[in-house]
Parts: sequence; C-alpha cells; structure tokens
Amino acid sequence: MASSTTGRRAPARLPARRRPRPSAVARSAATPYLFILPAFLVYGAFALYPLGRAAQFSLFEWKGFGSSTFVGLRNYLDLAGDADFRAAIANALILIVFYAVIPLVVGLVLAAVLRRGQVRGMGFFRTVVFLPQVIALVVVAVAWRQIYSPNGLLNEALRAVGLDVLTRGWLGDPGTALAAVGFIGTWVEMGLVMLLLLSGMSRIPAEQFEAARLDGANAVQEFFAITLPAVRGEITVALVLTIIAALKTFDLVYMTTSGGPGNSTTVPSFEAYFRAFELREVGSASAVAIVLTLLIFVINVGVSRIGEREA
Amino acid sequence: MRVSRVETTMNYVILGGFALFALIPVLTILLTSVSAPLGEPDGFYLSNYVEAWTVGGFGRSLGNSVVVAAIVVSLATVLAILAGYAFGTMRFRGSTALFYLFLLGLMIPAEATIIPLFFDLRSLGLTDTYLAIALPQVAQSIAFGTFWLRAQFRSMPTSLIEAAALDGAGPMQALVRILVPASRPAIVTMLVLVFMWTWNEFLIALIMAPGGKLRTAPLGLANFQGQYTSETALLAAGAVIVALPTVILFLVLQRHFIRGMLEGAAK
Repeated sequence: MASSTTGRRAPARLPARRRPRPSAVARSAATPYLFILPAFLVYGAFALYPLGRAAQFSLFEWKGFGSSTFVGLRNYLDLAGDADFRAAIANALILIVFYAVIPLVVGLVLAAVLRRGQVRGMGFFRTVVFLPQVIALVVVAVAWRQIYSPNGLLNEALRAVGLDVLTRGWLGDPGTALAAVGFIGTWVEMGLVMLLLLSGMSRIPAEQFEAARLDGANAVQEFFAITLPAVRGEITVALVLTIIAALKTFDLVYMTTSGGPGNSTTVPSFEAYFRAFELREVGSASAVAIVLTLLIFVINVGVSRIGEREA
Repeated sequence: MRVSRVETTMNYVILGGFALFALIPVLTILLTSVSAPLGEPDGFYLSNYVEAWTVGGFGRSLGNSVVVAAIVVSLATVLAILAGYAFGTMRFRGSTALFYLFLLGLMIPAEATIIPLFFDLRSLGLTDTYLAIALPQVAQSIAFGTFWLRAQFRSMPTSLIEAAALDGAGPMQALVRILVPASRPAIVTMLVLVFMWTWNEFLIALIMAPGGKLRTAPLGLANFQGQYTSETALLAAGAVIVALPTVILFLVLQRHFIRGMLEGAAK
C-alpha cells in the first residue's frame, strides 16, 4: 500500500500559492457551494423570493385576479390611518405583555425560588410544564374556548366562590376578549420561559450564593446581585422567542375570536390574511405583512443588542 | 446549601401549582372528550372518538398530515445536513454572509411569504398540492436546521475529518460515514422538532389548500369546529386525536424536545 500512501500525500506538497482548501476532505473551492446549493435553492425559492414578491405586491393595488395598478407607497400610507390596522398593532403590543413580560417576571421569581431547593420530581415537572409547547395551537384554542365558554370551567369556578357578577362569555366580551386570548399565550409560553431560566440559574456556582450570604445579603438582594445578572443571556433568548410568538399570533385568534368582537382582538397576521383572502386587497395585505416582518426584525435585533450590551 | 423545611414545602407548592396550571386545559379537554354528546344522558363516552373520527374525517386529514410531514422532515433534514456541513466544517469566501442569509429565515414570518407564494403558485396551477403545503415549510426548516447542524458539526474535532482524509475519503464520504453517525442525537433533535412544527402548522396549510381535499389535521379540526360548534364533546375528542401524535412523540423523546427548544434558542 506504500504507493497509494505517497499518492495521497501528493496534494499536500503542492506549492502554497493557491487558497487553502475548504477542509481536509474538500479539495475543490467549489465543494462548499455545491453542498449549500440544494438547500439554498429551496430556501431561496420558497422564502427569500416570496419575501421580495411581498415587498413588490405591497406597491400595487390588486384584487388577487385581473390587472393590478401601481400605487407606490399608498398602501403603507393608508395603513397609517386605518383603524383596524392600528388596532392590530396595539393589540399585538398588548399580547407581548401576556406572551413575554408576564411569563418572564413570574418565571424569574419562581425559578429563583426553585433554584435554592433540592426538590424531587423535577423530571416530571419539566415534562408537564413543557407540554403546552408541543400541543398544536388549534387544539389549545379548542381547549380554552371550552374553559372560557359561558358554562365553562372559569365561570363555574367563579360561581363556586360566589363571584357570579364576574361571569361572562370571556371571548365574546369586548372588554375581556383580548386579555382572554393573551392569557392563552401566557399559558403556552410560561413553561418554556421558566425552563430556560432554570437551566441558566443552575449554572451559577453555589459558592457565589454562599459568599453573598456570608456578607449578610438577604434573598432579595441575592436575586438582584447574583441571579439576575447571571441569566441575562437566557432572559434575552426568552424575550426574543416569546415576543416573536406574540407578533406572529394567528392560529389562536383565527380559532377563538376571528379578530372580534369588532376589531378588539385583531392582530397583524390576521389582518394580512383577512385582507388577502376575505377583502381581496392583496396589496394592502402585503404591506401589512412587510410591516410585520420589519417589526419582528427591529424588535429581535433591539432585544439582542440590549442583551449583549448589558451582559 | 442547607434549605429549611418551610422553603422545601414552598418549593413543592410552587411546583404543584405550576404543574396544575399547565395541566388544567389538558385535563379539561380530556374529560370533555369522554363526556356526554348533545342529547345523551351523563356518562362515559369513549365512543365520541369513533364518532369524531368518522364525522370529522380525521382519517383523511391525519393521512394528509403524515404525507406533508414526511416530505418536510426528510427533505429539510437532508438539505440542512448538507448545508450545515459546509458551514460548519469548511472555509470559503462569503460563508458568513451566506450564513446570515439563512439565519434571516428564522425571523421571516410565514404570512410575509405565503401570501405572494399562494398567488404565484395559483397562476402555475400548483396550489392544492402536497408540495405547495410542504415546500414553504421545508424552507423554514432549512433555516433552523442549517443553523442547528452547523453548530453541531463545528463542535466536532477537526481531527475526525483529517483522519477521514488520510483514509482517502471525499467530502461526501466523510459526512456520511463519520460526521452523520457521530451527530445522531443532534439530528434526531432536529427531526422531532421539524416534525412537531410541521404537524402543528396551521397558516401555511390553510392558505395553500383552499380546495379542502388536502386539509391537514389542524385544519380538519378547525373545519370541524366551524361545523359542529356546539358539539363540545365531539370537538374535544377531535382535538385529542389531532394533538396525540406530537404529544406521544414528546413523551417518548422529551429530552430531544426540551434540549432542542432550550439550546436551539440559546445558540
């Protein structure tokens, strides 16, 4: 086999004037591109290209069939004065409170308490609190519709404790519908956020807490001085994930309220869908989708930046 | 660290309360699914599942979901392994910029791509096909998979690939014979997450299959809800049927789910 060994060594003795090979096994400079190409073709054709088309569509007025008219930025300008669109943006911001802020605050406190104790059954606990993440949102919506219905669990519970005055059809009441939808989001995201924070806190060395305790720090001081700074990274990740989930809300709204009563629970995704397929305003729908995309980018980058700077 | 008994008790109260909060909707729907259908006396009705299955046409919609999931999972996995391999183990011009382009896919909301895609595919006569439902999801999963597997392949010692080179392996052989077998856990994690996302996907399936014949399981349930709003027991049984495949998979492979969701997010 000696001859083949020298044969294999031969390329290594080539003069080093050429660019280094992409890797030990990839000899040609084209190899990495060939490996990426199939993925890129599908990704380009079914994600990047349509995104460009959405930007293009947003500059036209089009009913989804027949001819279209170029209107420049008018679809965007119209959105600024559109009551339904403004309601959708305002509602999305309120949903962020339910999807992201509440799970984060509650999750931080509970995870900080749990971190200190050696408790049994953590495996079971992790399974149970993660469950909402794996159930299809359509199914989640069916479950919560039953809980919120006039004779559902929530109203029964209120009657049982004598709070009959509070009972109502939670999803049909304009005053409570958005909060009712938002709380479903809280239920979905809570476990994920909590497990993220717990895994971050479990990496803090115990000596840090013991040292703080020797210095006379109480539980609250300990939380702000040690725990909170140590999980900045996890907080950032949790916020990015849950804020995006809030902004992308569609299934829950479609299945529980269809944006109503009135426009009290409409959200950008639902507006985009509704405009494209019910109102037949494809240009306006595309403008909504582009605004939503930009919103997600800006918030994502913003939260990550803040997280990095403070870490 | 010593922990007082009060504190331990409090921990259990928190854990218990939290678990209950997560379980109540699940238990509600399970109990409703075996409760009396409209007009029947109280009792335990396992027959609701049979009824829901037939009336809701779940045989067909679950079948559609299986086909779509099979296409998305297999295609996305193969393509993401190839791309992740290049990004994770090779040096080449433009790799960072290209990688960021793939990362972008993690942020693009489906509604921004699926509306123009629908109209473009419709003019080609391609809506209401499995591929129209599957390919946009393949694209989304490629973005995640490339990112996830790049990290996995990067974490492997370069000596593995150098050893493969000494054995005369080409880039494809090194990937298939050495890197893929050594990355099985990460690949399985990607498989289960992509399966779950695809199974649960709603918006893409809703828009791409307006004809109704290719309704996937979540759409079957939405349609069922539209037609039988007051049949809460049957609706609940249908909901359990739709949720069951991902829940079972989760219970069996939960390490992969939790690891994937927590680490995938953190990377």
